[in-house]
Amino acid sequence: MSRLEVQKTYKIYIAGAFPRTESGRFYPVKLKNGTVTNICLSSRKDARNAVVAARNAFEGWSSRAAFNRSQILYRIAEMLEGRKAQFIEELIAVGSSKASAQKEVEASIDRCVYFAGWCDKYTQLFGSVNPVASSHFNFSVQEPTGVVTIIAPESPSLLGLVSAIMPVIAGGNTCVVLASENSPHVAVTFAEVLNSSDVPGGVINILTGKEDELVEHFSSHMDVNATIYCREKHLTKIKENASLNVKRVSDWSGKDWFKDGDDPYLLLEMQEVKTTWHPIENIAGTKSGY
Amino acid sequence: MTNNQLIALKRPIDQVGVEERVARFQTRSIKNEAKNQGLKMVLNMIDLTTLEGKDTEGKVRQMCYKAVHPHDALSDLPTVAAVCVYPTFVAIAKDALKGSGVKVASVATAFPSGNSSRKIKLADTKIAVDAGADEVDMVISRGEFLSGNYSFMFDEIAAIKDACGKARLKIILETGELSTLDNVRHASDIAMLAGADFIKTSTGKISPAATMPVTLVMLEAIRDHYYETGKMVGMKPAGGISKSKLALHYLVMVKETLGDAWLSNEWFRFGASSLANDVLMQLAKQADGQYQGLDYFSKD
Repeated sequence: MSRLEVQKTYKIYIAGAFPRTESGRFYPVKLKNGTVTNICLSSRKDARNAVVAARNAFEGWSSRAAFNRSQILYRIAEMLEGRKAQFIEELIAVGSSKASAQKEVEASIDRCVYFAGWCDKYTQLFGSVNPVASSHFNFSVQEPTGVVTIIAPESPSLLGLVSAIMPVIAGGNTCVVLASENSPHVAVTFAEVLNSSDVPGGVINILTGKEDELVEHFSSHMDVNATIYCREKHLTKIKENASLNVKRVSDWSGKDWFKDGDDPYLLLEMQEVKTTWHPIENIAGTKSGY
Repeated sequence: MTNNQLIALKRPIDQVGVEERVARFQTRSIKNEAKNQGLKMVLNMIDLTTLEGKDTEGKVRQMCYKAVHPHDALSDLPTVAAVCVYPTFVAIAKDALKGSGVKVASVATAFPSGNSSRKIKLADTKIAVDAGADEVDMVISRGEFLSGNYSFMFDEIAAIKDACGKARLKIILETGELSTLDNVRHASDIAMLAGADFIKTSTGKISPAATMPVTLVMLEAIRDHYYETGKMVGMKPAGGISKSKLALHYLVMVKETLGDAWLSNEWFRFGASSLANDVLMQLAKQADGQYQGLDYFSKD
């Protein structure tokens, strides 16, 4: 007797769980072999729930030791490596060639390792001790901005997603991400990887659906502190909405993620700089030495 | 009343039935204008509460300001119903709320455990009332109740009621410690017979605090008491209600169990602190269209 293959239900990822969209809506994505997959068409309420989850996760994630964040990002790479074949298969199913699928998955794994390395190093390199003309030890250090919404690139669907998420969470932010519309399968599978990589629930929330419906709430929600846009259509609208609570806006459209993703300045874009004036004794007539 | 008379009040509660009924309240969808009205009603029923060891005069004054000015960016907001503090802060709250119409409630009787002598509890109540408290929230002696000493509980409530004078008396059953819905119902009945003006679920110090099933049982006790004696008793769920949606479901439950007469802050209260900000965020969302963040509302 032949066996029926068990098919996967593609769901969204909020607060470390895999709910279906609260709206009950789906949209079909057709695979190269003719199979039609139903993908959650997330609603504004899913976006709201995801922002709440990200906010709740922020305090814990941002106050973790940087080294521990680094370990967790590396763990994502480990889990991704173990699932390599599945990701390649899913990319081929939506139209990639075998060679380009393999290249994309490997680049994604390497991207995780790249930012795992940065977690406990960027403040050393980009923080500064500043010369001041008074008896103060004055230093500036980066701190995470808060909750970040990301509209990930349409393609490459896996590498673009991973490259947009990693610099954000490496710096202690939490995020809500909208996956590629026409190739969302890898994003859902990536959520399964996150779920088994010690990333606390809510640090990364992944929604699937239409940009046109969600861009408004991604950019206007007052509890979102920054937003990253990797597509073309809605940048002006996002900037306008972001002005409501002075969100940080990053335009990451037009990047070649194979070349442009290994870049610590992406991480810095989602950081705020805090400068501290610490009073010190200035010993008579000597220079401060800082 | 004698202990035997009080034992005779016991009635069994159908827990499964209660839970099913509660599940149905939670399917109600309240939108737009009705939601706006509901949210304002919720805000107007809140007893803004601070009951911590680290309370200070500044904290109490800040909370009183918030009680009167919940969020000045929104127009047409009601004040909250009352602020709820420890007896030592009653005079300060009274001063801060002068002329605002917001009442001052004080916990008393060795809150939150209630483990002290009758003499101390009466003195505690007197301190609160003399300082000007409009309402007194007392805790029952759960240990005595659970060991079957119902007349102790009855007499204690009656004695505190005497000491309250004109102040309204709320009886905290601390339902999280009463184990069963049968006990909740029994304690509610005893409290109402002994002279409670309000019955209240919890201190907020132990978990679970207020839940919908417990509140429904108490509302039904109030309804039956009203049918039997013609006397209205108020209800105050406290602790664990921090989201607007849940608060609206409570209002649905009150309306469908007791009717419109109880839908005012004379007869129904929410004991909460973080609920106020959630309600305000929802009202701001209704007004401006954007989902809100706590950064733009005063801290509790």
